[in-house]
Amino acid sequence: MSRTLVIAEHDGQNLNPSTAKCVSCATAVGHECDIIVMGSDIREIAEQAAAIGGVGKVIAVNAEPLGNPLAVNFAAEVVAIADDYSHIMGPSTTFGRDLMPQIAARLGVNQVSDIAAVEGTHHFKRPIYAGNAIVDVTAPDAVTVVATVRVASWKAAGNDGTASIEERTASTGPSDHTRYIGLQSGGGERPDLQTAARVISGGRALGSEENFELIYSLADLIGAGAGASRAAVDAGYVPNDMQVGQTGKIISPDLYIAFGISGAIQHVTGIKDAGTIVAVNKDAEAPIFEIADIGLAADLFTVIPEMKALLS
Amino acid sequence: MKILVGIKRVVDYNVRIRVRSDGSGVDTDGVKMSINPFDEIALEEALRIREAGNAEEVIVVSLGGNECQQQLRTGLAMGADRAIQIDTAGRLQPLTIARAFLKLVEKEQPGLVILGKQAIDDDNSQTGQMLAALWDRPQATFASQVTLSDNQATVVREVDAGLETIEVDLPAVITVDLRLNEPRFVKLPDIMKAKRKPLDVIALDELGVTSENDLQFTHHAPPPVREKGIMVEDTAQLVAELKNRGLV
Repeated sequence: MSRTLVIAEHDGQNLNPSTAKCVSCATAVGHECDIIVMGSDIREIAEQAAAIGGVGKVIAVNAEPLGNPLAVNFAAEVVAIADDYSHIMGPSTTFGRDLMPQIAARLGVNQVSDIAAVEGTHHFKRPIYAGNAIVDVTAPDAVTVVATVRVASWKAAGNDGTASIEERTASTGPSDHTRYIGLQSGGGERPDLQTAARVISGGRALGSEENFELIYSLADLIGAGAGASRAAVDAGYVPNDMQVGQTGKIISPDLYIAFGISGAIQHVTGIKDAGTIVAVNKDAEAPIFEIADIGLAADLFTVIPEMKALLS
Repeated sequence: MKILVGIKRVVDYNVRIRVRSDGSGVDTDGVKMSINPFDEIALEEALRIREAGNAEEVIVVSLGGNECQQQLRTGLAMGADRAIQIDTAGRLQPLTIARAFLKLVEKEQPGLVILGKQAIDDDNSQTGQMLAALWDRPQATFASQVTLSDNQATVVREVDAGLETIEVDLPAVITVDLRLNEPRFVKLPDIMKAKRKPLDVIALDELGVTSENDLQFTHHAPPPVREKGIMVEDTAQLVAELKNRGLV
């Protein structure tokens, strides 16, 4: 049975673009691919999934207890249909990283994390050591391949699909040992970091939560997402969901502008796939200039207002 | 309640690693090794839970050869009560590690297993979730806040969309994120004291765990290098360059 199952990620209203990126990866493996959408009242999300190009069918598991993405409940539904698939893939977002190892362990297999390239049906490339080494991984072909897809490495599959939607009832009841309480969303209305075409980020040099308004105002002016270095998050200037880097978000915008970010290796690993990297830093020796396509050694507090004036 | 904490010996996070020229792996000869930073945070959390009177014993566990005793001793110096080395020569993969932890869990009956959310060497982020699945107990991954009450834990998780809160019954597996706490520094007298704390060695075979379905890591390469770009003199030049390239 050579067929790939992609786990859809969504927020209850919209399909996360990570799903279409996983489909690209699944398509590169060369098999037909299906998508499983789990949730409560998910008809529209299933339709969005069915519109992704190259998808065979969408399996919609609609059940009230699946309304919140608890790994324990989602894993049970995926494992219930796992026999039909040679490969099971999910995004290497926090959603997928929480869920996929649960599935792998239940199937008794190791997981291939962060697929950056497909070299064969069981042969992949992935980064390790914060992206400082790329390793070739071969998964055993006698068992199911369970993998997370490094979404920053893949372009979203097209939107020209007409897959059928198959409704499925939940195969198991919800767990009674884990309860979802709620989500406090940090970000406002700005574009999502992992899908934004442009991202403006600030570092510790911003100096305060108030000063981050400079970053936000420039981001809003050019329709960019707003990010931050770990140092700025640790200092409490911005919420955690803005962190870009090895332990935050790995992103691949067309344009990334870093203000007052020195360029620690852990940060750089999160932006390596950006189209153009721009760095503005007072310190002309900052390591970020080593990897920046365009660098400007200057004070961000001068540069940002000047940029706003020139761009508005 | 007992708390099990996993500790992995990894290349120190400040070291710039080098891929061996024959592609066989990453050069670790003579390189500074440390406790995986996330595991240090896991241990700190366990110690704070014990210090708050919610646990009696903190046990640090590492899988590896005798060299990982160095990291276990550091864990004991931070304040763990005892240590267990699961002795194995090979580099184990997360499924095997989770199975070994499960054996220890069956023996020690902890109320919590606290692990780092990922190791900074292979960046897998798998072991905690796999253990939870095999143990059939709750998982709370990427924790930035843990509150214990009445045999349950309320955990705030760092997720892409913000901060998610879940409630889990104990026993449970928690994997920790960076902002959960700041690990304490080890003091010299504690290092001396740690030498007298118990460190048990159990062979992996003794636990009845063997590796299966392992992935093969066939070749390592350095990442493609981004070419160094240009420096501009002022904001006007920067904006002009961005416009030239059609980026704004």
